[in-house]
Amino acid sequence: MTTTLSLDATGVPTAPTSTDSGHAFSLIRHSLILAGRAVTKIKRSPEQLIDVTLQPIIFTVLFVYLFGGAISGSQHNYLEYVLPALMVQTVVFASLSIGVNLNTDIDKGVFDRFRSLPIPRSAPLVGAVLGDIVRFVTSIVVLMSFGYVIGFRIHTNPVSALLGCLLVLVFALSLSWVAVLIGMLARTAGTVQGIGFLLMFPLTFGSSMFVPVKTMPGWLQAWVKVNPVTHLVDAVRGLMLGGDTGWPVTQSLLWAIGITAVFAPLAVRAYRRRT
Amino acid sequence: MSNAFEAHGLVKRFGATTALAGVDLAAPEGTVLGVLGPNGAGKTTAVRILATLLRADEGHATVAGLDVVRQAAAVRRRIGLTGQYASVDEDLTGLENLILIGRLLDLNRQDARARALHLLGQFDLGEAKDRLAKTYSGGMRRRLDLSASLVGRPSVIYLDEPTTGLDPGKREDVWQLIRRLVEDGTTVLLTTQYLEEADALADEISVIDHGKLIAHGTPAELKHRVGGQTLEVRPTNREDLAAVGALLTQVANRPVESPGRGVLSVPVESDAALTAVVRRLDDAGIAVTELSLRLPSLDEAFFALTGRRAAEDPAEAPKESAA
Repeated sequence: MTTTLSLDATGVPTAPTSTDSGHAFSLIRHSLILAGRAVTKIKRSPEQLIDVTLQPIIFTVLFVYLFGGAISGSQHNYLEYVLPALMVQTVVFASLSIGVNLNTDIDKGVFDRFRSLPIPRSAPLVGAVLGDIVRFVTSIVVLMSFGYVIGFRIHTNPVSALLGCLLVLVFALSLSWVAVLIGMLARTAGTVQGIGFLLMFPLTFGSSMFVPVKTMPGWLQAWVKVNPVTHLVDAVRGLMLGGDTGWPVTQSLLWAIGITAVFAPLAVRAYRRRT
Repeated sequence: MSNAFEAHGLVKRFGATTALAGVDLAAPEGTVLGVLGPNGAGKTTAVRILATLLRADEGHATVAGLDVVRQAAAVRRRIGLTGQYASVDEDLTGLENLILIGRLLDLNRQDARARALHLLGQFDLGEAKDRLAKTYSGGMRRRLDLSASLVGRPSVIYLDEPTTGLDPGKREDVWQLIRRLVEDGTTVLLTTQYLEEADALADEISVIDHGKLIAHGTPAELKHRVGGQTLEVRPTNREDLAAVGALLTQVANRPVESPGRGVLSVPVESDAALTAVVRRLDDAGIAVTELSLRLPSLDEAFFALTGRRAAEDPAEAPKESAA
Protein backbone atom coordinates (compact mmCIF):
# COMPACT_ATOMS: atom_id res chain seq x y z
CA MET A 1 0.00 0.00 0.00
CA THR A 2 1.31 3.41 -0.86
CA THR A 3 1.66 6.05 1.75
CA THR A 4 1.16 9.16 -0.29
CA LEU A 5 -0.71 12.04 1.20
CA SER A 6 -3.24 12.16 -1.56
CA LEU A 7 -6.27 10.34 -0.31
CA ASP A 8 -7.51 9.21 -3.64
CA ALA A 9 -4.34 8.40 -5.47
CA THR A 10 -4.90 4.68 -5.22
CA GLY A 11 -8.01 4.24 -3.16
CA VAL A 12 -10.51 5.65 -5.55
CA PRO A 13 -9.51 5.26 -9.14
CA THR A 14 -11.95 7.55 -10.85
CA ALA A 15 -14.03 6.40 -13.74
CA PRO A 16 -12.21 6.83 -17.03
CA THR A 17 -14.51 9.60 -18.17
CA SER A 18 -14.39 11.72 -15.04
CA THR A 19 -12.02 14.63 -14.78
CA ASP A 20 -10.11 15.99 -11.83
CA SER A 21 -12.60 18.79 -11.41
CA GLY A 22 -15.42 16.26 -11.63
CA HIS A 23 -13.74 14.34 -8.87
CA ALA A 24 -13.29 17.40 -6.71
CA PHE A 25 -16.94 18.22 -7.20
CA SER A 26 -17.92 14.70 -6.22
CA LEU A 27 -15.75 14.91 -3.10
CA ILE A 28 -17.40 18.16 -2.03
CA ARG A 29 -20.93 16.92 -2.72
CA HIS A 30 -20.50 13.56 -1.02
CA SER A 31 -18.68 15.12 1.92
CA LEU A 32 -21.54 17.56 2.39
CA ILE A 33 -24.07 14.73 2.30
CA LEU A 34 -22.06 12.90 4.96
CA ALA A 35 -21.75 16.07 7.02
CA GLY A 36 -25.53 16.22 6.76
CA ARG A 37 -25.59 12.78 8.33
CA ALA A 38 -23.74 14.20 11.34
CA VAL A 39 -26.26 17.01 11.62
CA THR A 40 -29.20 14.59 11.36
CA LYS A 41 -27.68 12.52 14.14
CA ILE A 42 -27.50 15.60 16.32
CA LYS A 43 -31.20 16.20 15.63
CA ARG A 44 -31.97 12.56 16.52
CA SER A 45 -30.01 12.62 19.74
CA PRO A 46 -29.48 16.21 20.84
CA GLU A 47 -27.64 14.95 23.91
CA GLN A 48 -24.65 14.66 21.58
CA LEU A 49 -24.40 18.41 21.80
CA ILE A 50 -24.17 18.54 25.59
CA ASP A 51 -20.39 18.78 25.52
CA VAL A 52 -20.55 21.91 23.37
CA THR A 53 -23.64 23.53 24.92
CA LEU A 54 -24.47 22.70 28.50
CA GLN A 55 -20.97 21.73 29.56
CA PRO A 56 -19.28 25.04 28.67
CA ILE A 57 -22.09 26.91 30.39
CA ILE A 58 -21.60 24.85 33.53
CA PHE A 59 -17.86 25.45 33.34
CA THR A 60 -18.42 29.17 32.94
CA VAL A 61 -20.71 29.33 35.95
CA LEU A 62 -18.33 27.17 37.94
CA PHE A 63 -15.21 29.12 37.14
CA VAL A 64 -16.67 32.62 37.22
CA TYR A 65 -18.82 32.39 40.30
CA LEU A 66 -16.93 29.76 42.28
CA PHE A 67 -13.27 30.58 41.59
CA GLY A 68 -13.60 34.04 40.05
CA GLY A 69 -13.65 35.98 43.30
CA ALA A 70 -10.70 34.10 44.70
CA ILE A 71 -8.58 34.28 41.55
CA SER A 72 -9.31 37.78 40.29
CA GLY A 73 -10.90 39.48 43.24
CA SER A 74 -13.90 40.25 41.05
CA GLN A 75 -16.19 37.90 39.24
CA HIS A 76 -16.60 40.25 36.33
CA ASN A 77 -12.85 40.64 35.83
CA TYR A 78 -12.45 36.91 35.89
CA LEU A 79 -15.31 36.42 33.43
CA GLU A 80 -13.44 38.55 30.91
CA TYR A 81 -10.25 36.69 31.61
CA VAL A 82 -11.68 33.18 31.46
CA LEU A 83 -14.36 33.28 28.76
CA PRO A 84 -11.95 33.24 25.81
CA ALA A 85 -10.11 30.45 27.59
CA LEU A 86 -13.28 28.40 28.07
CA MET A 87 -14.00 28.83 24.39
CA VAL A 88 -10.62 27.34 23.61
CA GLN A 89 -11.05 24.57 26.17
CA THR A 90 -14.47 23.55 24.87
CA VAL A 91 -13.34 23.36 21.29
CA VAL A 92 -10.11 21.56 22.14
CA PHE A 93 -12.08 18.85 23.94
CA ALA A 94 -14.76 18.81 21.24
CA SER A 95 -12.08 18.10 18.64
CA LEU A 96 -11.69 14.67 20.21
CA SER A 97 -15.13 13.56 19.12
CA ILE A 98 -14.11 13.05 15.50
CA GLY A 99 -11.71 10.33 16.60
CA VAL A 100 -14.38 8.68 18.72
CA ASN A 101 -16.96 8.89 15.92
CA LEU A 102 -14.70 7.53 13.21
CA ASN A 103 -13.61 4.69 15.44
CA THR A 104 -17.24 3.81 16.15
CA ASP A 105 -18.16 3.98 12.46
CA ILE A 106 -15.36 1.62 11.52
CA ASP A 107 -16.12 -0.70 14.38
CA LYS A 108 -19.81 -0.93 13.54
CA GLY A 109 -19.20 -1.48 9.85
CA VAL A 110 -20.77 1.80 8.76
CA PHE A 111 -17.49 2.71 7.04
CA ASP A 112 -17.42 -0.45 5.00
CA ARG A 113 -20.86 0.37 3.73
CA PHE A 114 -19.70 3.84 2.70
CA ARG A 115 -16.59 2.45 1.10
CA SER A 116 -18.59 -0.02 -0.96
CA LEU A 117 -20.38 2.97 -2.50
CA PRO A 118 -19.00 4.89 -5.48
CA ILE A 119 -17.87 7.91 -3.45
CA PRO A 120 -14.35 9.29 -2.95
CA ARG A 121 -12.54 7.42 -0.25
CA SER A 122 -11.83 10.58 1.68
CA ALA A 123 -15.46 11.76 1.67
CA PRO A 124 -16.38 10.14 5.02
CA LEU A 125 -13.33 11.75 6.61
CA VAL A 126 -13.99 15.18 5.15
CA GLY A 127 -17.69 14.82 5.99
CA ALA A 128 -16.81 14.10 9.60
CA VAL A 129 -14.57 17.17 9.75
CA LEU A 130 -17.31 19.35 8.28
CA GLY A 131 -19.78 17.93 10.78
CA ASP A 132 -17.35 18.84 13.54
CA ILE A 133 -17.20 22.43 12.40
CA VAL A 134 -20.94 22.59 13.10
CA ARG A 135 -20.24 21.50 16.66
CA PHE A 136 -17.34 23.91 17.08
CA VAL A 137 -19.38 26.84 15.83
CA THR A 138 -22.26 25.83 18.10
CA SER A 139 -20.00 25.87 21.12
CA ILE A 140 -18.55 29.28 20.23
CA VAL A 141 -22.01 30.77 19.68
CA VAL A 142 -23.33 29.29 22.92
CA LEU A 143 -20.41 30.55 24.97
CA MET A 144 -20.39 34.03 23.48
CA SER A 145 -24.14 34.38 23.98
CA PHE A 146 -24.08 33.09 27.51
CA GLY A 147 -21.05 35.24 28.26
CA TYR A 148 -22.88 38.27 26.91
CA VAL A 149 -25.90 37.58 29.12
CA ILE A 150 -23.78 37.46 32.26
CA GLY A 151 -21.81 40.54 31.34
CA PHE A 152 -18.95 39.66 29.00
CA ARG A 153 -18.21 42.44 26.53
CA ILE A 154 -15.85 42.62 23.58
CA HIS A 155 -13.39 45.49 24.13
CA THR A 156 -11.95 45.54 20.64
CA ASN A 157 -14.30 45.33 17.65
CA PRO A 158 -16.57 42.67 16.16
CA VAL A 159 -14.18 41.90 13.28
CA SER A 160 -11.29 41.34 15.62
CA ALA A 161 -13.47 39.16 17.87
CA LEU A 162 -14.63 37.18 14.86
CA LEU A 163 -11.02 36.63 13.86
CA GLY A 164 -10.45 35.32 17.38
CA CYS A 165 -13.25 32.78 16.91
CA LEU A 166 -11.85 31.83 13.53
CA LEU A 167 -8.42 31.28 15.04
CA VAL A 168 -9.93 28.92 17.61
CA LEU A 169 -11.67 27.05 14.79
CA VAL A 170 -8.48 26.70 12.76
CA PHE A 171 -6.55 25.46 15.75
CA ALA A 172 -9.30 22.97 16.65
CA LEU A 173 -9.26 21.62 13.11
CA SER A 174 -5.53 21.00 13.37
CA LEU A 175 -6.17 19.08 16.59
CA SER A 176 -8.84 17.08 14.76
CA TRP A 177 -6.03 15.37 12.86
CA VAL A 178 -4.53 14.23 16.14
CA ALA A 179 -7.96 12.92 17.13
CA VAL A 180 -8.34 11.15 13.78
CA LEU A 181 -4.95 9.49 14.28
CA ILE A 182 -5.88 8.32 17.78
CA GLY A 183 -9.25 7.19 16.45
CA MET A 184 -7.57 5.07 13.78
CA LEU A 185 -4.95 3.57 16.07
CA ALA A 186 -7.10 2.86 19.12
CA ARG A 187 -9.02 -0.35 19.25
CA THR A 188 -12.21 0.95 20.83
CA ALA A 189 -14.05 4.24 21.03
CA GLY A 190 -13.56 4.20 24.81
CA THR A 191 -9.80 4.05 24.36
CA VAL A 192 -9.94 7.04 22.04
CA GLN A 193 -11.76 9.01 24.70
CA GLY A 194 -9.29 7.89 27.37
CA ILE A 195 -6.13 8.69 25.43
CA GLY A 196 -7.60 11.95 24.20
CA PHE A 197 -8.50 13.18 27.66
CA LEU A 198 -5.07 12.25 28.91
CA LEU A 199 -3.55 14.48 26.24
CA MET A 200 -6.05 17.30 26.54
CA PHE A 201 -5.77 17.86 30.27
CA PRO A 202 -2.15 19.05 30.36
CA LEU A 203 -2.81 20.97 27.15
CA THR A 204 -5.75 22.91 28.55
CA PHE A 205 -5.18 23.21 32.29
CA GLY A 206 -1.41 23.44 31.86
CA SER A 207 -1.73 26.76 30.10
CA SER A 208 -2.52 30.40 30.74
CA MET A 209 -6.23 29.51 30.58
CA PHE A 210 -7.39 29.81 34.15
CA VAL A 211 -4.69 31.57 36.15
CA PRO A 212 -1.86 33.98 35.36
CA VAL A 213 1.34 32.18 34.47
CA LYS A 214 3.46 34.14 36.94
CA THR A 215 1.68 32.46 39.89
CA MET A 216 3.02 29.03 38.86
CA PRO A 217 6.26 27.34 39.92
CA GLY A 218 9.16 27.54 37.47
CA TRP A 219 8.96 24.02 36.07
CA LEU A 220 5.29 24.49 35.30
CA GLN A 221 5.93 27.88 33.73
CA ALA A 222 8.44 26.21 31.45
CA TRP A 223 5.74 23.87 30.15
CA VAL A 224 3.04 26.50 29.99
CA LYS A 225 5.27 28.78 27.91
CA VAL A 226 5.80 26.14 25.23
CA ASN A 227 2.21 24.91 25.33
CA PRO A 228 0.51 25.97 22.07
CA VAL A 229 -2.78 26.40 23.93
CA THR A 230 -1.19 29.22 25.95
CA HIS A 231 -0.41 31.09 22.76
CA LEU A 232 -3.89 30.48 21.45
CA VAL A 233 -5.56 31.70 24.63
CA ASP A 234 -3.31 34.78 24.69
CA ALA A 235 -4.13 35.45 21.05
CA VAL A 236 -7.90 35.16 21.56
CA ARG A 237 -7.74 37.39 24.65
CA GLY A 238 -5.82 39.94 22.65
CA LEU A 239 -8.29 39.83 19.79
CA MET A 240 -11.33 40.19 22.05
CA LEU A 241 -10.11 42.32 24.91
CA GLY A 242 -7.23 44.23 23.36
CA GLY A 243 -3.53 43.96 24.04
CA ASP A 244 -0.74 42.12 22.33
CA THR A 245 -2.00 40.11 19.36
CA GLY A 246 0.71 39.94 16.70
CA TRP A 247 3.08 37.43 18.25
CA PRO A 248 0.50 35.13 19.93
CA VAL A 249 -1.60 35.02 16.75
CA THR A 250 1.43 34.19 14.63
CA GLN A 251 2.53 31.52 17.05
CA SER A 252 -0.94 29.98 17.21
CA LEU A 253 -1.12 29.85 13.45
CA LEU A 254 2.36 28.35 13.21
CA TRP A 255 1.38 25.71 15.74
CA ALA A 256 -1.82 24.94 13.85
CA ILE A 257 0.15 24.58 10.63
CA GLY A 258 2.83 22.53 12.35
CA ILE A 259 0.36 20.15 14.01
CA THR A 260 -1.48 19.73 10.73
CA ALA A 261 1.75 19.15 8.80
CA VAL A 262 2.83 16.40 11.18
CA PHE A 263 -0.45 14.75 12.07
CA ALA A 264 -2.48 15.03 8.88
CA PRO A 265 -0.16 12.72 6.90
CA LEU A 266 0.06 10.32 9.83
CA ALA A 267 -3.72 10.37 10.29
CA VAL A 268 -4.38 9.91 6.58
CA ARG A 269 -1.93 7.03 6.46
CA ALA A 270 -3.59 5.39 9.44
CA TYR A 271 -7.00 6.07 7.87
CA ARG A 272 -5.93 4.36 4.67
CA ARG A 273 -4.59 1.41 6.58
CA ARG A 274 -7.68 1.02 8.68
CA THR A 275 -10.32 1.56 6.03
CA MET B 1 -23.74 -17.30 -19.82
CA SER B 2 -20.99 -14.96 -18.67
CA ASN B 3 -19.78 -14.70 -15.13
CA ALA B 4 -21.10 -11.90 -12.95
CA PHE B 5 -17.87 -11.93 -10.97
CA GLU B 6 -14.60 -13.80 -11.11
CA ALA B 7 -11.64 -14.05 -8.79
CA HIS B 8 -8.42 -15.76 -9.74
CA GLY B 9 -5.66 -16.84 -7.42
CA LEU B 10 -6.49 -14.42 -4.61
CA VAL B 11 -3.76 -14.22 -1.98
CA LYS B 12 -4.02 -12.00 1.06
CA ARG B 13 -1.70 -11.91 4.03
CA PHE B 14 -2.16 -10.01 7.27
CA GLY B 15 1.27 -9.91 8.82
CA ALA B 16 2.26 -13.49 9.46
CA THR B 17 -1.18 -14.96 8.85
CA THR B 18 -2.27 -15.93 5.39
CA ALA B 19 -5.98 -15.28 5.09
CA LEU B 20 -6.21 -16.37 1.49
CA ALA B 21 -3.69 -18.68 -0.16
CA GLY B 22 -4.80 -18.60 -3.78
CA VAL B 23 -8.57 -18.75 -4.11
CA ASP B 24 -10.65 -18.84 -7.30
CA LEU B 25 -14.32 -17.88 -7.18
CA ALA B 26 -16.83 -17.25 -9.92
CA ALA B 27 -20.57 -17.21 -10.47
CA PRO B 28 -22.60 -17.02 -13.68
CA GLU B 29 -25.11 -14.17 -13.86
CA GLY B 30 -28.32 -14.69 -11.97
CA THR B 31 -27.03 -17.51 -9.78
CA VAL B 32 -26.14 -17.91 -6.13
CA LEU B 33 -22.62 -18.91 -5.21
CA GLY B 34 -22.36 -20.21 -1.68
CA VAL B 35 -18.98 -19.79 -0.07
CA LEU B 36 -18.86 -22.24 2.73
CA GLY B 37 -16.27 -22.52 5.41
CA PRO B 38 -15.67 -22.41 9.15
CA ASN B 39 -14.90 -19.20 11.03
CA GLY B 40 -11.59 -17.73 9.94
CA ALA B 41 -11.49 -19.70 6.69
CA GLY B 42 -11.03 -16.51 4.66
CA LYS B 43 -14.61 -16.04 3.44
CA THR B 44 -14.94 -12.45 4.58
CA THR B 45 -11.51 -11.54 3.21
CA ALA B 46 -12.55 -12.84 -0.21
CA VAL B 47 -15.78 -10.85 -0.09
CA ARG B 48 -13.96 -7.69 0.95
CA ILE B 49 -11.61 -8.03 -2.00
CA LEU B 50 -14.50 -8.55 -4.42
CA ALA B 51 -16.27 -5.56 -2.86
CA THR B 52 -13.23 -3.28 -3.44
CA LEU B 53 -12.70 -2.83 0.30
CA LEU B 54 -9.44 -4.71 0.40
CA ARG B 55 -6.67 -5.31 -2.09
CA ALA B 56 -5.36 -8.74 -2.80
CA ASP B 57 -1.62 -9.21 -2.48
CA GLU B 58 -1.74 -11.48 -5.51
CA GLY B 59 -4.32 -12.51 -8.04
CA HIS B 60 -7.08 -10.38 -9.49
CA ALA B 61 -10.82 -10.10 -9.48
CA THR B 62 -13.46 -8.63 -11.76
CA VAL B 63 -17.13 -7.77 -11.42
CA ALA B 64 -19.07 -7.59 -14.70
CA GLY B 65 -15.69 -7.69 -16.41
CA LEU B 66 -14.46 -4.62 -14.47
CA ASP B 67 -11.29 -4.84 -12.45
CA VAL B 68 -11.98 -4.37 -8.74
CA VAL B 69 -8.79 -2.36 -8.25
CA ARG B 70 -8.38 -0.32 -11.40
CA GLN B 71 -12.08 0.28 -12.00
CA ALA B 72 -13.21 0.29 -8.39
CA ALA B 73 -15.61 3.19 -8.79
CA ALA B 74 -17.42 1.47 -11.66
CA VAL B 75 -17.50 -1.79 -9.71
CA ARG B 76 -19.03 -0.02 -6.71
CA ARG B 77 -21.92 1.13 -8.88
CA ARG B 78 -22.78 -2.50 -9.57
CA ILE B 79 -22.44 -4.12 -6.18
CA GLY B 80 -24.34 -4.22 -2.94
CA LEU B 81 -22.79 -5.35 0.30
CA THR B 82 -24.49 -6.71 3.38
CA GLY B 83 -23.09 -8.51 6.32
CA GLN B 84 -21.35 -8.49 9.59
CA TYR B 85 -18.91 -5.84 8.39
CA ALA B 86 -21.12 -3.57 6.32
CA SER B 87 -23.80 -2.06 8.41
CA VAL B 88 -26.24 0.78 8.77
CA ASP B 89 -25.94 3.72 11.14
CA GLU B 90 -27.69 2.79 14.36
CA ASP B 91 -28.25 6.40 15.34
CA LEU B 92 -30.34 7.14 12.27
CA THR B 93 -33.83 5.92 11.46
CA GLY B 94 -34.37 3.22 8.87
CA LEU B 95 -35.64 5.80 6.42
CA GLU B 96 -32.74 8.20 7.03
CA ASN B 97 -30.25 5.39 6.50
CA LEU B 98 -31.67 4.46 3.13
CA ILE B 99 -32.03 8.07 2.02
CA LEU B 100 -28.41 8.72 2.96
CA ILE B 101 -27.26 5.82 0.83
CA GLY B 102 -29.46 6.93 -2.04
CA ARG B 103 -28.01 10.43 -1.85
CA LEU B 104 -24.48 9.02 -1.83
CA LEU B 105 -25.47 7.09 -4.95
CA ASP B 106 -26.28 10.43 -6.57
CA LEU B 107 -30.06 10.20 -6.42
CA ASN B 108 -31.73 13.53 -5.82
CA ARG B 109 -33.72 14.11 -2.66
CA GLN B 110 -37.10 13.02 -4.00
CA ASP B 111 -35.78 9.96 -5.79
CA ALA B 112 -33.71 8.90 -2.78
CA ARG B 113 -36.76 9.21 -0.56
CA ALA B 114 -39.02 7.37 -3.00
CA ARG B 115 -36.52 4.55 -3.40
CA ALA B 116 -36.07 4.31 0.38
CA LEU B 117 -39.83 4.16 1.01
CA HIS B 118 -40.26 1.57 -1.71
CA LEU B 119 -37.59 -0.70 -0.24
CA LEU B 120 -38.83 -0.26 3.32
CA GLY B 121 -42.30 -1.27 2.16
CA GLN B 122 -40.94 -4.23 0.26
CA PHE B 123 -39.02 -5.44 3.29
CA ASP B 124 -41.92 -5.00 5.66
CA LEU B 125 -40.29 -2.12 7.50
CA GLY B 126 -42.77 0.56 6.47
CA GLU B 127 -44.13 0.99 9.97
CA ALA B 128 -40.69 1.10 11.55
CA LYS B 129 -39.24 3.58 9.09
CA ASP B 130 -39.07 6.46 11.56
CA ARG B 131 -37.56 4.44 14.38
CA LEU B 132 -33.82 4.54 15.10
CA ALA B 133 -32.10 1.49 13.65
CA LYS B 134 -30.72 0.60 17.07
CA THR B 135 -34.24 -0.11 18.28
CA TYR B 136 -34.81 -2.71 15.55
CA SER B 137 -34.93 -6.40 16.39
CA GLY B 138 -32.35 -8.78 14.96
CA GLY B 139 -34.55 -9.80 12.05
CA MET B 140 -35.52 -6.20 11.26
CA ARG B 141 -31.86 -5.18 11.28
CA ARG B 142 -31.00 -7.85 8.71
CA ARG B 143 -33.85 -6.72 6.53
CA LEU B 144 -32.70 -3.11 6.80
CA ASP B 145 -29.11 -4.15 6.05
CA LEU B 146 -30.33 -6.06 3.05
CA SER B 147 -32.46 -3.22 1.75
CA ALA B 148 -29.54 -0.81 2.28
CA SER B 149 -27.46 -2.86 -0.12
CA LEU B 150 -30.24 -2.75 -2.73
CA VAL B 151 -30.70 1.01 -2.95
CA GLY B 152 -28.45 1.26 -6.00
CA ARG B 153 -30.14 -1.65 -7.79
CA PRO B 154 -26.90 -3.68 -7.82
CA SER B 155 -26.46 -6.54 -10.25
CA VAL B 156 -24.21 -8.39 -7.83
CA ILE B 157 -24.79 -8.58 -4.13
CA TYR B 158 -22.50 -9.92 -1.45
CA LEU B 159 -24.17 -11.34 1.59
CA ASP B 160 -21.61 -12.02 4.26
CA GLU B 161 -23.15 -14.44 6.73
CA PRO B 162 -26.56 -12.81 6.42
CA THR B 163 -28.27 -15.05 8.94
CA THR B 164 -25.58 -15.59 11.55
CA GLY B 165 -27.18 -15.23 14.94
CA LEU B 166 -30.77 -15.22 13.72
CA ASP B 167 -33.18 -17.78 15.04
CA PRO B 168 -34.48 -20.36 12.55
CA GLY B 169 -37.77 -18.64 11.78
CA LYS B 170 -36.06 -15.35 10.97
CA ARG B 171 -33.52 -17.23 8.92
CA GLU B 172 -36.26 -18.59 6.69
CA ASP B 173 -37.52 -15.04 6.14
CA VAL B 174 -34.10 -13.88 5.00
CA TRP B 175 -33.82 -16.90 2.71
CA GLN B 176 -37.11 -15.97 1.10
CA LEU B 177 -35.83 -12.45 0.46
CA ILE B 178 -32.65 -13.81 -1.08
CA ARG B 179 -34.61 -16.13 -3.36
CA ARG B 180 -36.69 -13.18 -4.48
CA LEU B 181 -33.56 -11.21 -5.36
CA VAL B 182 -32.28 -14.06 -7.49
CA GLU B 183 -35.60 -14.32 -9.27
CA ASP B 184 -35.12 -10.69 -10.26
CA GLY B 185 -31.85 -11.60 -11.93
CA THR B 186 -29.40 -10.51 -9.24
CA THR B 187 -26.26 -12.55 -8.78
CA VAL B 188 -25.56 -13.39 -5.16
CA LEU B 189 -22.40 -14.34 -3.37
CA LEU B 190 -23.40 -15.79 -0.05
CA THR B 191 -20.90 -16.70 2.62
CA THR B 192 -22.09 -18.94 5.36
CA GLN B 193 -20.99 -21.34 8.04
CA TYR B 194 -24.24 -23.19 7.74
CA LEU B 195 -24.32 -26.13 5.39
CA GLU B 196 -28.06 -26.08 5.50
CA GLU B 197 -28.10 -22.51 4.25
CA ALA B 198 -25.76 -23.20 1.34
CA ASP B 199 -27.80 -26.26 0.49
CA ALA B 200 -31.04 -24.29 0.54
CA LEU B 201 -29.90 -21.29 -1.50
CA ALA B 202 -26.80 -21.92 -3.56
CA ASP B 203 -26.62 -23.09 -7.15
CA GLU B 204 -22.96 -23.82 -6.66
CA ILE B 205 -20.83 -24.04 -3.58
CA SER B 206 -17.17 -23.26 -3.05
CA VAL B 207 -15.79 -24.74 0.13
CA ILE B 208 -12.94 -22.74 1.67
CA ASP B 209 -10.77 -23.83 4.54
CA HIS B 210 -7.55 -22.24 5.79
CA GLY B 211 -7.59 -19.78 2.90
CA LYS B 212 -7.74 -22.46 0.25
CA LEU B 213 -10.50 -23.66 -2.02
CA ILE B 214 -10.93 -27.31 -1.17
CA ALA B 215 -13.99 -28.16 -3.22
CA HIS B 216 -16.37 -26.65 -5.71
CA GLY B 217 -19.58 -27.88 -7.28
CA THR B 218 -23.33 -27.98 -7.03
CA PRO B 219 -24.65 -29.14 -3.67
CA ALA B 220 -25.50 -32.51 -5.27
CA GLU B 221 -22.04 -32.85 -6.81
CA LEU B 222 -20.36 -32.13 -3.51
CA LYS B 223 -22.47 -34.73 -1.79
CA HIS B 224 -21.65 -37.21 -4.53
CA ARG B 225 -17.96 -36.55 -4.39
CA VAL B 226 -17.90 -37.46 -0.76
CA GLY B 227 -18.86 -41.05 -1.08
CA GLY B 228 -21.82 -41.25 -3.38
CA GLN B 229 -25.10 -42.58 -2.14
CA THR B 230 -26.07 -44.75 0.73
CA LEU B 231 -28.71 -47.46 0.63
CA GLU B 232 -30.55 -48.09 3.87
CA VAL B 233 -32.81 -51.03 4.57
CA ARG B 234 -34.91 -51.83 7.65
CA PRO B 235 -36.43 -55.29 7.50
CA THR B 236 -39.82 -55.76 9.16
CA ASN B 237 -38.58 -58.78 11.09
CA ARG B 238 -35.31 -58.63 12.97
CA GLU B 239 -34.71 -62.28 12.06
CA ASP B 240 -34.21 -61.25 8.45
CA LEU B 241 -31.26 -58.97 9.25
CA ALA B 242 -28.63 -61.58 8.42
CA ALA B 243 -30.29 -62.44 5.11
CA VAL B 244 -30.61 -58.78 4.18
CA GLY B 245 -26.98 -58.21 5.09
CA ALA B 246 -25.82 -61.00 2.81
CA LEU B 247 -28.02 -59.71 0.02
CA LEU B 248 -26.72 -56.16 0.32
CA THR B 249 -23.12 -57.31 0.37
CA GLN B 250 -23.74 -59.21 -2.83
CA VAL B 251 -25.28 -56.25 -4.63
CA ALA B 252 -22.93 -53.55 -3.42
CA ASN B 253 -19.85 -55.70 -3.15
CA ARG B 254 -18.93 -53.88 0.05
CA PRO B 255 -19.18 -54.56 3.76
CA VAL B 256 -22.51 -53.62 5.30
CA GLU B 257 -22.80 -51.28 8.25
CA SER B 258 -25.48 -50.95 10.86
CA PRO B 259 -26.09 -47.29 11.62
CA GLY B 260 -28.92 -48.11 14.04
CA ARG B 261 -30.73 -51.04 15.65
CA GLY B 262 -32.47 -53.06 12.97
CA VAL B 263 -31.13 -50.94 10.09
CA LEU B 264 -28.46 -51.86 7.59
CA SER B 265 -26.70 -49.49 5.24
CA VAL B 266 -24.21 -49.81 2.45
CA PRO B 267 -22.58 -47.29 0.11
CA VAL B 268 -23.59 -47.88 -3.49
CA GLU B 269 -22.20 -46.66 -6.79
CA SER B 270 -25.41 -46.01 -8.70
CA ASP B 271 -29.19 -45.83 -8.53
CA ALA B 272 -29.34 -49.23 -10.23
CA ALA B 273 -28.44 -50.85 -6.92
CA LEU B 274 -31.81 -49.82 -5.56
CA THR B 275 -33.75 -51.78 -8.20
CA ALA B 276 -31.47 -54.77 -7.77
CA VAL B 277 -32.04 -54.82 -4.03
CA VAL B 278 -35.79 -54.44 -4.40
CA ARG B 279 -35.89 -57.37 -6.82
CA ARG B 280 -33.84 -59.64 -4.61
CA LEU B 281 -35.77 -58.75 -1.48
CA ASP B 282 -38.93 -59.60 -3.37
CA ASP B 283 -37.48 -62.91 -4.62
CA ALA B 284 -36.43 -63.86 -1.08
CA GLY B 285 -39.83 -62.85 0.26
CA ILE B 286 -38.38 -60.44 2.86
CA ALA B 287 -40.66 -57.63 3.96
CA VAL B 288 -39.10 -54.22 4.72
CA THR B 289 -40.50 -51.18 6.50
CA GLU B 290 -37.90 -48.79 5.17
CA LEU B 291 -35.86 -48.73 2.02
CA SER B 292 -34.07 -45.55 1.01
CA LEU B 293 -31.33 -44.18 -1.13
CA ARG B 294 -29.85 -40.93 0.12
CA LEU B 295 -27.02 -38.55 -0.62
CA PRO B 296 -24.77 -37.73 2.30
CA SER B 297 -25.72 -34.46 3.97
CA LEU B 298 -23.54 -31.44 3.30
CA ASP B 299 -22.49 -31.81 6.89
CA GLU B 300 -21.00 -35.19 6.14
CA ALA B 301 -19.52 -33.81 2.94
CA PHE B 302 -17.86 -30.98 4.83
CA PHE B 303 -16.51 -33.38 7.38
CA ALA B 304 -15.08 -35.59 4.69
CA LEU B 305 -13.50 -32.60 2.91
CA THR B 306 -12.00 -30.82 5.87
CA GLY B 307 -11.75 -33.52 8.48
CA ARG B 308 -13.69 -31.22 10.78
CA ARG B 309 -17.28 -30.53 11.62
CA ALA B 310 -18.60 -27.28 10.19
CA ALA B 311 -20.33 -24.82 12.45
CA GLU B 312 -22.48 -25.93 15.28
CA ASP B 313 -26.14 -26.24 14.46
CA PRO B 314 -27.38 -22.81 13.41
CA ALA B 315 -30.30 -22.99 15.76
CA GLU B 316 -27.86 -23.15 18.63
CA ALA B 317 -25.74 -20.24 17.49
CA PRO B 318 -25.80 -17.22 19.78
CA LYS B 319 -28.98 -15.36 19.09
CA GLU B 320 -29.31 -11.67 18.71
CA SER B 321 -31.67 -9.96 21.00
CA ALA B 322 -34.98 -9.98 19.22
CA ALA B 323 -37.16 -7.25 20.60
